[in-house]
Amino acid sequence: MTKYIDQGKNDTRSGYGAGMTELGRTNPNVVALCADLVGSLKIQPFIDENPDRFFQVGIAEANMMGLAAGLTIGGKIPFASTFANFATGRVYDQIRQSIAYSGKNVKICASHAGVTLGEDGATHQILEDIGLMKMLPGMVVINPCDYNQTKAATLAIADYEGPVYLRFGRPKVANFTPVDQKFEIGKAVMLSEGTDVTIVATGHLVWESLIAAEALESQGISAEVINIHTIKPLDKEAILKSVKKTGCIVSAEEHNHLGGLGESISRVLAKNHPTPQEFVATNDTFGESGTPEQLMEKYGLNNKAIVNAVLKVLERK
Amino acid sequence: MPELNKLQDIVTQTRRDILRMVHKVNSGHPGGSLGCTEFFVALYHELMELKEGFDMDGEGEDLFFLSNGHISPVYYSVLARRGYFPVEELNTFRLINSRLQGHPTTHEGLPGIRIASGSLGQGMSVALGAALAKKLNNDDHLIYSLHGDGELQEGQNWEAIMYAAGNKVDNIISTIDLNGKQIDGATDDVLPMGDLKAKFEAFGWDVLEIKEGNNLEAILAGMKDAKSRTGKGKPVCVLLHTMMGNGVDFMMHTHAWHGKAPNDEQLENALSQNAETLGDY
Repeated sequence: MTKYIDQGKNDTRSGYGAGMTELGRTNPNVVALCADLVGSLKIQPFIDENPDRFFQVGIAEANMMGLAAGLTIGGKIPFASTFANFATGRVYDQIRQSIAYSGKNVKICASHAGVTLGEDGATHQILEDIGLMKMLPGMVVINPCDYNQTKAATLAIADYEGPVYLRFGRPKVANFTPVDQKFEIGKAVMLSEGTDVTIVATGHLVWESLIAAEALESQGISAEVINIHTIKPLDKEAILKSVKKTGCIVSAEEHNHLGGLGESISRVLAKNHPTPQEFVATNDTFGESGTPEQLMEKYGLNNKAIVNAVLKVLERK
Repeated sequence: MPELNKLQDIVTQTRRDILRMVHKVNSGHPGGSLGCTEFFVALYHELMELKEGFDMDGEGEDLFFLSNGHISPVYYSVLARRGYFPVEELNTFRLINSRLQGHPTTHEGLPGIRIASGSLGQGMSVALGAALAKKLNNDDHLIYSLHGDGELQEGQNWEAIMYAAGNKVDNIISTIDLNGKQIDGATDDVLPMGDLKAKFEAFGWDVLEIKEGNNLEAILAGMKDAKSRTGKGKPVCVLLHTMMGNGVDFMMHTHAWHGKAPNDEQLENALSQNAETLGDY
């Protein structure tokens, strides 16, 4: 299988911050909003260099989404950022009416998604945000896998006209995708070709899938690993092409199995090419306090869980 | 004063439009629409600086945002008669495949509308965002917004009110339609909001009242006063005292016509109180 090298652990939110710094220098229409979490979102360099294009809204996320919608009227490209929980569920109707239904060019940029937020616990660990956002007509949903890809995605969505939900996380994780990658919204990335099983992963679970594929290779199982950074619109062709070859699939995501990537894939398969599928995702539950590693282990979201899911799905072929 | 007579003619015709629109589909919100008719007419035919045609960004012109979207009948009538779209299109209000949805939306591309509203409490944030964009673009035109009084029960308003003063957003005039009524009854019975003037002032706004909110002369004088207060470091709030259902005697002094259409007989009665001035659509 194709080998990937960790260029040095880094957090995806810092990839967002780096992308914002670059956008601050290259796109005068980009403006940033934040709800009292500048440090967590890593956007201080953008603010230092573009103080007039930054809006600190305080702890008032509903107002932030409305301000962002209004700023588009006048040609601005607002990047509204906070934790994923407060960027989605807390302000769902504001996003629905003022941004999605109104077709506004707002980028909702959400850090600390999923259980890997860690010790703060379930009040802050949203596992439903992909589902909430993908149900909104016209909303693009992106969950990049590492620092480099998050930076590339941040740059790419500025050039896309329309509402986008960009989801990333808190912990430092392997940074293994190319530094100069071109990010294509809606285009899956083939990471490693295989013949026995397809593993489709998003976000932090992509690296775990590569580790799982290596472990499977040592057992004589050839896994194809695909990075689905864009959950909506979903790259159906890439998924169907792969399962027609392998005959079974495992989806992996740091999200509830209800409403996540796995469900979107199931729909594609049911309509086009019914295929056995196993889900690596949380099982309709809230998270809890703990270290990211402990939580990934307890909630079945690591490479071991992916290997087990592969072994299970292979029996159903 | 001929100009005033001209505006009054538009007001009367707008009332007829509102009544006929809601009657045709037996739904919609005539009460609040009638209460704000003079305000809308003054705004679009006298007070706002508007470009010809419509583009979403609205640079180089004043912009208006309606937060209490349920009074769409008055909004649609005034936009149509100001030339944003054909007056005949008022015939399609609330019908399938119409651009005139029950609540205003950008989704069907109706000229004049810049944001969807209807789910209450969101318009002030949007209007403030547009005001910030105007400042970034060095565009010295103003943002106007309208909000229901009952709508102020939504918490997002107070986030926006706090933000506007804290950040000296002084190119906005937010008007509150103080008719004292909401669906379930008087605002003082449903959820008393206390002294709104004191509340806005405590948040740091410059507040003025228009006591006769259904009197064109009073509206013009009050709004010109409001305009003169912009650009001075404070957002401006206008408390517009209106009568729900104004211009139709049996729709006044009650909240019953908030979201109810007149029947044939009631329509005839209401129209007889408002003679055709500019031609029905």
